[in-house]
Amino acid sequence: MTYYLRKLGFYVVALWAALTLNFFLPRWMPGDPVDLMIAKLAAKGPVSPEIRHSLELLLGTDSSRPIFLQYVDYLNNVAHGDLGVSVTYFPQTVSTTLADTLPWTIALMGIATIISFAIGILLGQLAGWKRGSWLDNLIPVTTMFQAVPYFWLALVLLYLLSSVAQIFPTGGGYDVNTVVPGFNLPFLRSAVYYGTLPALTIVLSSIAGWMLGMRNMMVSTLSEDYIVTAEAKGLTRRRIMTTYAARNAVLPSLAGFAITLGFVVSGSIITEQVFSYPGIGMTLMSAVQNSDYALMQGVFLVITISVLGANLLVDLLYAVIDPRTRARA
Amino acid sequence: MAALTDPAVVVESAVREKRRRRLSPKLVVGLVICGGITLFGIVGPFFVGDPQKVDNIGLTPPGSGHLLGTTQTGQDVFAQLAYATRGSLLIGLTVGLAALALAAIFGVIGAYAGGWVDEAFSLFSNVMLVLPGLPLMIVISSYVQNKGVWLVAGVLALTSWAGCARVLRAVTLSVRNRDYVAAARVSGERTWRILCVEILPNLVPILVSLFVFSVIGAILGEAGLAFIGLGASNSWTWGTMLFWAGNGLALRLGALWWFVPPGVLITLFGAGLAMINFSIDEIVNPKLRDQTRRTRRGWKASKEQIAVAEEATK
Repeated sequence: MTYYLRKLGFYVVALWAALTLNFFLPRWMPGDPVDLMIAKLAAKGPVSPEIRHSLELLLGTDSSRPIFLQYVDYLNNVAHGDLGVSVTYFPQTVSTTLADTLPWTIALMGIATIISFAIGILLGQLAGWKRGSWLDNLIPVTTMFQAVPYFWLALVLLYLLSSVAQIFPTGGGYDVNTVVPGFNLPFLRSAVYYGTLPALTIVLSSIAGWMLGMRNMMVSTLSEDYIVTAEAKGLTRRRIMTTYAARNAVLPSLAGFAITLGFVVSGSIITEQVFSYPGIGMTLMSAVQNSDYALMQGVFLVITISVLGANLLVDLLYAVIDPRTRARA
Repeated sequence: MAALTDPAVVVESAVREKRRRRLSPKLVVGLVICGGITLFGIVGPFFVGDPQKVDNIGLTPPGSGHLLGTTQTGQDVFAQLAYATRGSLLIGLTVGLAALALAAIFGVIGAYAGGWVDEAFSLFSNVMLVLPGLPLMIVISSYVQNKGVWLVAGVLALTSWAGCARVLRAVTLSVRNRDYVAAARVSGERTWRILCVEILPNLVPILVSLFVFSVIGAILGEAGLAFIGLGASNSWTWGTMLFWAGNGLALRLGALWWFVPPGVLITLFGAGLAMINFSIDEIVNPKLRDQTRRTRRGWKASKEQIAVAEEATK
């Protein structure tokens, strides 16, 4: 029980740190984002005093109130889901914009990461089991893929597979001309078709890390005494590999999975930029290009909360899989 | 004495000596690649023309006069590449050192001090670890309009040290509980001396490996930031080159000589550093050392012996 409480406490602290960072960053930075935003908003429609106040709270130029009270107001607003109004998608609020784009990112990045993890762990297991085989010798080659800048690989693949070979579409989330978003078969098929190439690039660039980590753990595990015992008992090689060695070797990779989620989200920003994919990364980039600070903060907050939530989930799962973590706490 | 002059023993020890000194091929390849690129970054800019110089020969393929062709505005790609290599390596080096210093402060000192200092430091680095780095970088750098190289390097260092701190903390915890550290403490050595003289040398392999990692991370991170248009203004790095190539539709116009070289250099450099890291890992953890078929053949076991051995371990 202490383990769960400790973990929960940690994520509460992390969330608080993210919120505080979000509150203070625009206040530390030079320039006056509120006036910039109000000017842009005014060009699109009338700006009510409430919107102005909400923006001032978010970005901080309201000098009439002490900073501590501003901070309390800000936390209160965020708790009620009020993240301000977006300039880019005016008059939509930031919250609705985020609700529209988040599912795209989660679906694409989630599926791609799970595929990459599964294949990488399987190959790493085999490479560690058969030291010095062709698969094991392949590992230094796959790290090349990790050293390739992701966006460069994605652009080259995009060029080869959609401009030269024309197998995949050049960008977007679905065919906007022929299908209507919703739960219908043509839309889902179109979304899968458009998502395949981005997912492929993510898998290619991230698989090597999983493979290498799993391979190294597998090698370390294989020299444990219980493997010798299993061999002495005359168990089949397959059983030793899967239920004795791999099962224990996979634990650090699972723990690493949580940390990777942060990189996954970061990666999604660049993926979506390359493939013009309508997810949260695109939203962040258009917010940056339009100096839409409210939207930018909202996106950062949502990204942080999703990463924290996913981390918490993995931590809790990990405690179920590996009882030692609970005992140690 | 007699045993030492025995020719068989002399030969054997000489062979052993030779084998011990032989560097692993991975290390050699990695060092050659990284050394070559670093040399190019240091020396290259002295021998090439002005990378900014605009000419009316836009998008010339590689050939005489322009070794790697020209960009859309007729700038020499090779000259740009030389300056970009220097810029990227500088960023990588700065960020690597800064991140390592931060990681050492928060990881080593926290773990050595123990108690609430350790709790606070490790809480802080864990929080920094779970906050997603690139979005944070984007948010910070979008508030600043004119970004210098140092600002970009600072942002990269601030968002990348936490993982290293965690590794260092774990290693320090295991080192500090060893008997010789306790002995040093009992014999009255001062804390800084224990930290710097007793503990730090044991962390050197890990530090080198973490440094190599941070350099790769920084170069890739800078390239990513520059690619989405948030790199340092008025500077040459591999990332800004790719940004301009992307902006100039280099790929769609078929100008591969403009788009490919920076990417290839990043990849080569990253792969070289990764190979260096592999061999460091193998030094630190002997279990990971290669036992390829070639090494097994080096044991001079006959085919029958290998077959017997494999039969026995099946």
